[in-house]
Amino acid sequence: MYTTDQYEGMLAETVILPGNHADLINAYFARPLGAGPFPGMVLVHHMPGWDEWYRETTRKFAAYGYVTLCPNLYFREGHGTPEDVAAQVRGEGGVADDQVVGDVSAALEMLLALPYVNGKVGLFGTCSGGRHAYLCACRIPQVAALVDCWGGRVTQTSEELTPKQPVAPADYSADLSCPVLGIFGNEDKSPTPEQVNQLEQVLKQYGKEYEFHRYDGAGHGFFYHNRPNYRQEQAVDGWSKVFSFLDKHLKGS
Amino acid sequence: MCTMIAQQIKIRGDGKAGSSWFKVDTASVSYDHPFEMPLEYALNLDFTSKSGGPGGRVAVELDASSARALVEAIQGVMAQAEKGGFLINSD
Repeated sequence: MYTTDQYEGMLAETVILPGNHADLINAYFARPLGAGPFPGMVLVHHMPGWDEWYRETTRKFAAYGYVTLCPNLYFREGHGTPEDVAAQVRGEGGVADDQVVGDVSAALEMLLALPYVNGKVGLFGTCSGGRHAYLCACRIPQVAALVDCWGGRVTQTSEELTPKQPVAPADYSADLSCPVLGIFGNEDKSPTPEQVNQLEQVLKQYGKEYEFHRYDGAGHGFFYHNRPNYRQEQAVDGWSKVFSFLDKHLKGS
Repeated sequence: MCTMIAQQIKIRGDGKAGSSWFKVDTASVSYDHPFEMPLEYALNLDFTSKSGGPGGRVAVELDASSARALVEAIQGVMAQAEKGGFLINSD
């Protein structure tokens, strides 16, 4: 808990990361100043893109003591405003799951190689980023903790699969090797409460460690202060749950 | 993407963004999170050129009832144009 007599400093900047297939992509990086060691976080951005909310959130995690990296998963689409780039990706049916796993894996490896990171790196994603973060936590064994905020289509039916999304992330759950925090709004349409129930059943089936927090009066994206679905009370509590969970699993020995 | 409800078609036309016209060859239609409209989901129309990059875009976001009304209006106008003989040799 920050008190007003403490020092707080941060470095935050755009960096270049060799991502999937060693493609050079950009990423936003923020870290607390000092030798640490600090835990790390990779942020997996949402459908609206590698946007201001995710750059702000990267800095938020750094302020809470995490060396944080948010790769631009849409880098290969070209450059423009985050909205324009995301709209192009949306029209083309998203980016391929395998590519996202490669980019996030590379981000994780970069953090683990840093001398001031304590060897523990978690994932945080919202919306389609929550889905991607779940997928990555199943397929990347070094992930130490997963925060899935309202990730839709984690439990996909066969009809919902596409060439870019050929396997439902939940189908990889047997390989999940880290604890999971799920944050969901009970008025969300994707995932619906029934779909969250399905995901919970999968986690129970495989004996995975998880905690879900499901909020009444909140729908999709209720952390987004810049969108009409923002819900102040639920968001404040949700963020508290996020940092309690990550502090427990990533900080200390 | 959140809903994955999106289709992309080839078109031939010109679009205007700001004060400039440019060729458009692709229309993307999606029902997903809008960027600007204060809705959770909207019908999103993007008119782009494959060679124009992400910035070359004419974007419109509509609520569901407006989207349906637009479809009806387009069909009504095209039916009237066809009846009036305006579509012969028009492509």
